Amino acid sequence: MHKEHLLPACQYIHGERKARLFTMVGNDERQINGSFSLYYVFAIDEIHFFVTIKIALSQVDPTFPSLAAYIPALDWYEREVNDLLGLRAIGHPNRVPLILHGDSLGIHPLCKDYVETGLLPQTSDMTDTVEYMGEDVTQIPVGPIHAGIIEPGHFRFGAVGDTILHLDAKLFYTHRGIEKTLEGKTVQEARFLIERICCVCNVSHSASFAQAVESAAGIEISQRAKFLRCLYLELERLYNHVGDVGNICSGYGFAVGSSQGARLKEQLLQLNERLTGHRYLRGTIVPGGVNCDLDEAELVLLMESINEIDVDFQEFVDILLGHEIAMDRMETTGKLSLQQVDDFEAVGIAARASGRDVDCRRDFPYAAYEQLDFAVVLQTEGDVLARIKVRIVEAFNSMLLIRQILSRLPKGASQTDIPLIEPYTSSLGWSESARGENTHWIMFDKNNTIYRYRIRSAAYSNWPVVPLAVEGNIIPDFPLINKSFELCYACCDR
Amino acid sequence: MNEELGKDMKARITKVLGGSLHIRHVDTGSCNGCDFEMGALSNPIYDISRFGVSFSASPRQADMLMVTGGVTRALQKALLRTYAAVPNPKIVLAVGACAIGGGVFGETYANAGGIDQFVPVYVYIPGCPPRPEALMQGILSAIDKYEEVLKRGN
Repeated sequence: MHKEHLLPACQYIHGERKARLFTMVGNDERQINGSFSLYYVFAIDEIHFFVTIKIALSQVDPTFPSLAAYIPALDWYEREVNDLLGLRAIGHPNRVPLILHGDSLGIHPLCKDYVETGLLPQTSDMTDTVEYMGEDVTQIPVGPIHAGIIEPGHFRFGAVGDTILHLDAKLFYTHRGIEKTLEGKTVQEARFLIERICCVCNVSHSASFAQAVESAAGIEISQRAKFLRCLYLELERLYNHVGDVGNICSGYGFAVGSSQGARLKEQLLQLNERLTGHRYLRGTIVPGGVNCDLDEAELVLLMESINEIDVDFQEFVDILLGHEIAMDRMETTGKLSLQQVDDFEAVGIAARASGRDVDCRRDFPYAAYEQLDFAVVLQTEGDVLARIKVRIVEAFNSMLLIRQILSRLPKGASQTDIPLIEPYTSSLGWSESARGENTHWIMFDKNNTIYRYRIRSAAYSNWPVVPLAVEGNIIPDFPLINKSFELCYACCDR
Repeated sequence: MNEELGKDMKARITKVLGGSLHIRHVDTGSCNGCDFEMGALSNPIYDISRFGVSFSASPRQADMLMVTGGVTRALQKALLRTYAAVPNPKIVLAVGACAIGGGVFGETYANAGGIDQFVPVYVYIPGCPPRPEALMQGILSAIDKYEEVLKRGN
């Protein structure tokens, strides 16, 4: 499509057909067809359909019309392609480099003619953060190194007294250049990097990767592999949700809750290790199937452990939701409206707690989810309590799913070979992690190597709404609100 | 195994540091795995605080730094400034494959790799991520290093 038609086309798909933005990918295809390309992928949930709009940009004029004012979620995508590929969005309201932290170097690492010369230089010094001025406004900078054992990010609050007027969240500190490193890697090599985008979403990332490879190769994996994938995905969701419910409790010093959550999570991690050899289930999902099959004894162990954890988690939840002070701290704190999550195309718990009905396990079923019964959990209040409630119910649903899988696990092989993929085939893979859908877009090169890889994680879609949720709240509630989203920095930064 | 390690740790901390060991964590670009395992040390199963270890909020109050992740472009300065803020002797532990040598990511336009290019490292704890027991063992080795440095007087 010509770039002049981009705006009306996206307005029609997104505005009239109510499609949601799934991902946007910039690609240097000058070696293939002489131009840069931008792919806007939209998902229409009701009819389970993707629509991709592709525009070509010439090397002489690598500009395109900015749509961030119409689709606010495009803000980051448009700034990212400027940083990494030098494709400029004309009319973007904020042109400050995102990934490169304010540095306009004129060097674009994702271009194919970029020559690796070590770290890119750093020229700016925090010029990309908001400055708060005025007599009554206090500026409070926090991070990138925080007080607890957590990932790095810089938060700058503009506060009046205790109340947060505005928050500027500066991320991409853990940007490691994974997408560039993936280029030229074979499918087999790539899997080790994919598993390390983020440790606590690694099963989901591996599943998205594997499904993208399988869809490009046009193969179907075995039924057993499909069910086992769901099993590992649900085990990942379960330890995350149980741990996160506990973690939210430490947001208001509710020690009983944080200890119970941490204890149950540790039990689940130890269970993971006994089943698969890795506490975070790394190495379980591979393109073509699963790398780790379970025998009868392991299945029995899993069933018994889940039954135990179910009882303990119920007791913990009863204590938590019956506690007046805990409830008081969570209710009405960190509210997000449906309009806000819709505008920024939020996914996962952040979206469902505000009434946005998205869950790609149901909307775009993958692995064995079509054959399993589960409900998508929705709340409408959009506060911390709503997010914790969604997590709690989803954790119980995960246990139900695990039981279903165990009772119906088909027999058979767990791996299928990957044939040679046609060069320059592109494909999409997606899966619902504990934080929302992780979408991977791959274009293949010759001999099953990777030409371009774009990882759009749930955290990437959800981080922009966090600052909206904290406005008007008090500063001591920020850790609580932040924990209620529990977004990974590593997933977002890549 | 945890209990034995813990008892050793408590005895060594009492002897070398006089009762407690304060550790500051720095994430220089990790995938969150090492961070989660460090967090697990405080859960009720390992409960490392009963052996005299606490994770301090500031490097100024820390006896040691535990660094996770290869050093990214954006976090070089943060690592150096945190290191500068730690009182002497500055004992640094490299936690996990990335902090040790860049891990699977290697060196890119945004990632410099192992932390020992920037700060002197006393103990390397391998793993992806290292299990909590490995972290405890690493801390125990770091206490030995701390003792050596104190004896040497620099």
